[in-house]
Amino acid sequence: MTTQSHLAHRFQTLIVGSGPAGIAAATCAAEAGHRVGIIDDNPNPGGQIWRSLRGQSTPDTSHGDGASEWYRRLTATSATRLQGWSVFDQPEAGIVRAERQGGTVHLHYDNLIIATGARERFLPFPGWTLPNVMGVGAIQAMVKGGLPVAGKRIVLAGSGPLLLAVAATLRAAEAIVVCICEQASLRQLAPFALGLAADPAKIMQGLRYKAATLDVPFHTSAWPVEADGDGILRSVTILHHGEKQQISCDYLACGFHLVPNTELAAMLGCRIEADNVAVDELQRTSISNIFCAGEPTGIGGLELSLIEGQIAGLAGAGQDKEARLLLDKKRRASHFADRLAAAFALRSELKELPQETTLVCRCEDVPYGSLKQHHSWRAAKLHTRCGMGPCQGRICGTATHFLLGWNADSVRPPLLPVRIASLASLEAPLNSATSNTQETP
Amino acid sequence: MSEQMRPEQIQITIDQQSITVAAGSTVAVAIALAGLNCRTSVTGEPRGPLCAMGICFECRATVNGIAHSRTCQLLCEPAMDIRTQ
Repeated sequence: MTTQSHLAHRFQTLIVGSGPAGIAAATCAAEAGHRVGIIDDNPNPGGQIWRSLRGQSTPDTSHGDGASEWYRRLTATSATRLQGWSVFDQPEAGIVRAERQGGTVHLHYDNLIIATGARERFLPFPGWTLPNVMGVGAIQAMVKGGLPVAGKRIVLAGSGPLLLAVAATLRAAEAIVVCICEQASLRQLAPFALGLAADPAKIMQGLRYKAATLDVPFHTSAWPVEADGDGILRSVTILHHGEKQQISCDYLACGFHLVPNTELAAMLGCRIEADNVAVDELQRTSISNIFCAGEPTGIGGLELSLIEGQIAGLAGAGQDKEARLLLDKKRRASHFADRLAAAFALRSELKELPQETTLVCRCEDVPYGSLKQHHSWRAAKLHTRCGMGPCQGRICGTATHFLLGWNADSVRPPLLPVRIASLASLEAPLNSATSNTQETP
Repeated sequence: MSEQMRPEQIQITIDQQSITVAAGSTVAVAIALAGLNCRTSVTGEPRGPLCAMGICFECRATVNGIAHSRTCQLLCEPAMDIRTQ
């Protein structure tokens, strides 16, 4: 296809996000006969959990968790796949615009399905801005993106089931996983572990991780209090059952469970309730032609994301009856989500992690000391520029929500910093570019 | 990870140095392998990727002349010109 700066497509169902929920939604809507588009800002489909391995353009199918089957089903449909594109605004109802290196596209939709997934929650502590301190999912993404970690000493810390999953990935890549530090107490985790045993599929998952991480010390009630280095990470100090321990390492991967990516839904005016996108049982948001599936409706994991994606895809294509057949499965998977939230709830001691000089906003380098004298996110933003950098508060806003109980402002377009040329982009004729082939950057 | 043939190598330029990386590597990984930081913060701190999934913008650099590109979301391509910020 020739390169044009502004392309336009029209879809009956447009899905934003090509992780498990998005892939399931696109597949079901397309199989139901809809003209479907699926757009995502990663170079390859799969989202985070099925992120492709270096050199491959297909989702990671090595875990036997349905990735292979779902991707096969998706590619058997005529859905148009747009990878490497970031949706940044909605110039008018029924049209969103997206950008990638050097181009803009206008996407018309009858139904929109938001499947934007989740991100890691990062909490500031002294030294967390040093290079080689990154997220837990982040180091997994870097390894899948080609970062060699064989022989590297890595400390995994924070909270959530991702810690164990990523330990397995790192061990397979021949890294030395020094220890895993989970902030939750054993007492808090126990009901979750017992709950897992009630579900055979999850027992298998749990066993696999356990086997792979057999030699890795797993500490509960443990979290990082300081990272040290000279321009690059050298060591981390862990507080474990009240005792400090300094551990030398090459990487500290630290993330405190997940938070839903609700910015697109919020920008479009969908109702947000208790930090999640509010949906009815068929995944419809407060706007009747906009659906939401997967983590943005509440952190629930892979199984629930796939079910919600199918329901949204079917309901969007008018197949409510078929969608309702999945409601029992959805209810069961939701119980798992509830247990997940209870097990990995953050302890209040973590609010004491940042010192006066610890940077909270990494875009504008705003320290905690100058932030906490303000009484709201809005006031802090106006006085310190906190949250006004390129991440638009996605990192520091999530942190101050936990640390100070602040709620972020309403979301305004553009959703991410875009070039002036993209903001000024006009629409090309609708027939200028339509294709069923995958477009990659 | 499964044993594979040695991956195809490609040439890119980072801060005017010629670097060889395995095809399919992300630009963020290439910068790390070159021993460089992606950017310097407003108060002069070195920074590298934090989220590696397109959210935090800590890995931003100028790629083929486009400033503030999220290098974790970009795959290396032959002759790519990368400038750290």
